[in-house]
Amino acid sequence: MYDPTVARLTYRALLGRRRALILGALPVLLIVISAAVRGFSGADDQVAADVLGGFALATMVPIIGVIAGTGAIGPEIDDGSVVYLLSKPVKRPTIIFTKLIVAIAVTMVFSAAPTFVAGLILNGNGQQIAVAYTVAALVASIAYAALFLLLGTVTRHAVVFGLVYALVWEALFGSLVSGARTLSVQQWALAVAQKVAGGDLVTSDVGLPTAVILLAAVTAGATWYAGQKLRTLKLAGEE
Amino acid sequence: MTTLSIDHVSRWFGNVVAVNDITMTVGPGVTGLLGPNGAGKSTLINMMGGFLAPSTGSITLDGKPVWRNEQIYRHIGIVPEREAMYDFLTGREFVVANAELHGLGEKAAARALATVEMEYAQDRRISTYSKGMRQRVKMASALVHDPSLLLLDEPFNGMDPRQRMQLMDLLRRMGDEGRTVLFSSHILEEVEQLAAHIEVIVAGRHAASGDFRRIRRLMTDRPHRYLVRSSDDRALAAALIADPSTAGIEVDRAEGALLIQAVDFGRFTALLPRVAREHGIRLLTVSPSDESLESVFSYLVAA
Repeated sequence: MYDPTVARLTYRALLGRRRALILGALPVLLIVISAAVRGFSGADDQVAADVLGGFALATMVPIIGVIAGTGAIGPEIDDGSVVYLLSKPVKRPTIIFTKLIVAIAVTMVFSAAPTFVAGLILNGNGQQIAVAYTVAALVASIAYAALFLLLGTVTRHAVVFGLVYALVWEALFGSLVSGARTLSVQQWALAVAQKVAGGDLVTSDVGLPTAVILLAAVTAGATWYAGQKLRTLKLAGEE
Repeated sequence: MTTLSIDHVSRWFGNVVAVNDITMTVGPGVTGLLGPNGAGKSTLINMMGGFLAPSTGSITLDGKPVWRNEQIYRHIGIVPEREAMYDFLTGREFVVANAELHGLGEKAAARALATVEMEYAQDRRISTYSKGMRQRVKMASALVHDPSLLLLDEPFNGMDPRQRMQLMDLLRRMGDEGRTVLFSSHILEEVEQLAAHIEVIVAGRHAASGDFRRIRRLMTDRPHRYLVRSSDDRALAAALIADPSTAGIEVDRAEGALLIQAVDFGRFTALLPRVAREHGIRLLTVSPSDESLESVFSYLVAA
């Protein structure tokens, strides 16, 4: 199911100079903000939860997920170089699964790790807030990577759609229409975080069992479907 | 011995028919797939390579289907037309990756790079390569698993004459070794130099098939049209029409030129300057008026 060569090619494509800069920018921003907040207002559990929930989990994790998830396959399909993977005796679902693992790993490194560091800076992991949001970021990384990898497989405008989902659906729509929040990776991840933190600083609109089932279903479904799409992928741009 | 069988294959995209009921068999040796741009060559090659499903009909390699059959790639090497190829890797890294995806290693990659004579630049990034170098590295990646069928889409596009010759030598060698090599081209001379067997595709249809000499004869024996201007058009016309190589002459007064239809290409090209010299006529313009590839092909289709 996992092909080390596909993984190596994907890592190198994802962590190329320009994309690595973009991936690194948001985590740096998060840590700078956290340091500034800590400097100005001192250690405050509520503020820590606001920064990690409002910026790290709601904005940074999905954007990193979009970049890593779509970037793991979209550019190859766009420019046609994916033909070198497809013209090999390697199962198409293996290619997708490998790229998913890479996308998850990259999203985790660039979103969960800085979330934890930011949490330590903000309030020294008081009330388990840093750990809770880090776990949420880890969980969300998996679902985002799978969703956006699928997007990258089915559309050439994956980044746009991905950002629209991440920013408009999750952030804007979710805060206006309560029903939309049930169908939100962010809320599912928060449900897991709520369990970790225990207190009432971290809350989710979705119950833990529902969240876990939806997370697993979305991840597995998106990955399976992407594998099927890749089996019948038409290489565009020829004639 | 590997045989690729294309059996009543059509492919349409919406209302557009790109490939129309083509049946052909491609056997060992070098076969040229010739046709003007937009004739459906790439669509056909994509279907041969298993990247596109035929709308109807079937494509098999020694009896096994190529569509949705990843294992078939153990026997097929593909050189795509498109340029993109993991430009951030070096040539060697790229070919090694291709070898690994076939379950092979550095050794196979080194052998393939040696075959295309790219060892000297194998540690440079692909982004620094010229068009010809890219083409050779693509070849190496297609040869790495020693395939019995090699599919190349417009492999000579953008290559300089020396690179073209090198690649032709290589493909000829592959054909002589008993591999089935199929390449597409829209340039007759390319195909003629390399392929003993030619398949001609025009507007999605299989227009001609066979030995290149027969097809070449069909192409050269067709009526040729020339536009000629001279110091004395009417005297020249009178002298030319006496010879059987000329089928008709029209005096185009608006253009101030003769429109000549020649039936025997070889004889006419020798006749024209001789007649002009004998009659003391100066030739000012001699230009073939229907040498475009499309007219050659449309003549072929009609034949």
